[in-house]
Amino acid sequence: MTAVARTGMREGFVSCEACGLLSRPVSPEEPGECPRCGAELEFRRRDAIQRTWALVIAATICYLPANILPVMRTTSLTGEEPDTILSGVVILYETGTWYLALILLIASVMIPLAKLASLAYLLVTVQRGSVRNNRERTRLYRVLEIIGRWSMVDVFVATFVVALIQLKPLMSVAPEPGVLFFSAVVILTIIAAESFDPRLIWDSSQGKQETDD
Amino acid sequence: MPPGGTACCPRCGHKLATFRPGSLERTTALAVAAAIAFLFTNMEPLMTLSVAGREASTTIAGGAWKMWMEGEKITALLIALFAVIAPALQIGFMLAILLSVRRPPAPHWVGTLLRWVGIAGSWSMVEVMMLGILVSLVKIAALAKVVPGVGIFAAGGLIVLLAAMSSSFDPREAWSRVRWVHGEWPQRVLSGGTDAAEAGR
Repeated sequence: MTAVARTGMREGFVSCEACGLLSRPVSPEEPGECPRCGAELEFRRRDAIQRTWALVIAATICYLPANILPVMRTTSLTGEEPDTILSGVVILYETGTWYLALILLIASVMIPLAKLASLAYLLVTVQRGSVRNNRERTRLYRVLEIIGRWSMVDVFVATFVVALIQLKPLMSVAPEPGVLFFSAVVILTIIAAESFDPRLIWDSSQGKQETDD
Repeated sequence: MPPGGTACCPRCGHKLATFRPGSLERTTALAVAAAIAFLFTNMEPLMTLSVAGREASTTIAGGAWKMWMEGEKITALLIALFAVIAPALQIGFMLAILLSVRRPPAPHWVGTLLRWVGIAGSWSMVEVMMLGILVSLVKIAALAKVVPGVGIFAAGGLIVLLAAMSSSFDPREAWSRVRWVHGEWPQRVLSGGTDAAEAGR
């Protein structure tokens, strides 16, 4: 395709992110409010790149304590034992349920890492004005939006283990600060994905030939 | 668009909209069912643990409360938000929207709810919680005898009903029945199927 596509932004149309109504604001510089739902109209999410970078960096900072600090501590007659995210996966693997260990490994370790790396990749390619692999990058973004929430699984596991194993003095489990950092990583990456604007991926293609497709 | 048809973005291929005839009625039925499943999920114990003649059981709110008491207050609030409050708001807003758009035009506050129902839905993580419950069941089963409670099965039903409710809901149909910001209600949007309008300001 060599033709320059007619985009909504070029024609002065803006689609409301809240209700989906397509409208043509009087002045493109100040789109104002959506006539139907009253939400503020924006051609592109405001400061998407800066906000997403800030959240990605914050999540990366939290990622270290989330994995180093213990998420819970088991106190039994034989002594105390701290549990990190990774050691929880290892214990699950050793007790014979490798498939659950695999799910936890993917959800708690790999998804947050993959999310941070993918968001950084999307941001860098958008900032460099890349016009390659637009479809694939858009698809990557959609996947990020869907899988992010699954990382919360470990926080739920910690909660229910703590809630049930309260058999003092035999055995009890208490939460540790790692769980807070871990939830911070998950929530920050979810918000980061939401503040990115996938339309930016396509903006660099304006007037240029789209190399894929 | 034909009934059941889907419109996709010609550029990235993402689904834009699906035309679902009878969407509002079907979604109402599913939302009522989800509300019932939600009550059982939250009021019945999820699992009961028995060891050395002692028993302990927990609900979702009980788990969050325990986290609060153990000093992890933020985590407790997050659990309550993702597993109890967000799903409750999602179902509640959906019922309020569906009941009030039955006789169009619906008042403008329904539009506000339409915006909120999506936000509540994106933070409602019942299915993630379910996986968490299953993993913790296995973890605890290594230490003591643990019996799944009614709450787990209700949560399983709730996941299916919430997914069905969100996918059968056609927000464009609901939006077309809501009064606009300044009280006008252009019926041509409803009849013509074109969502374009001029923002005159």
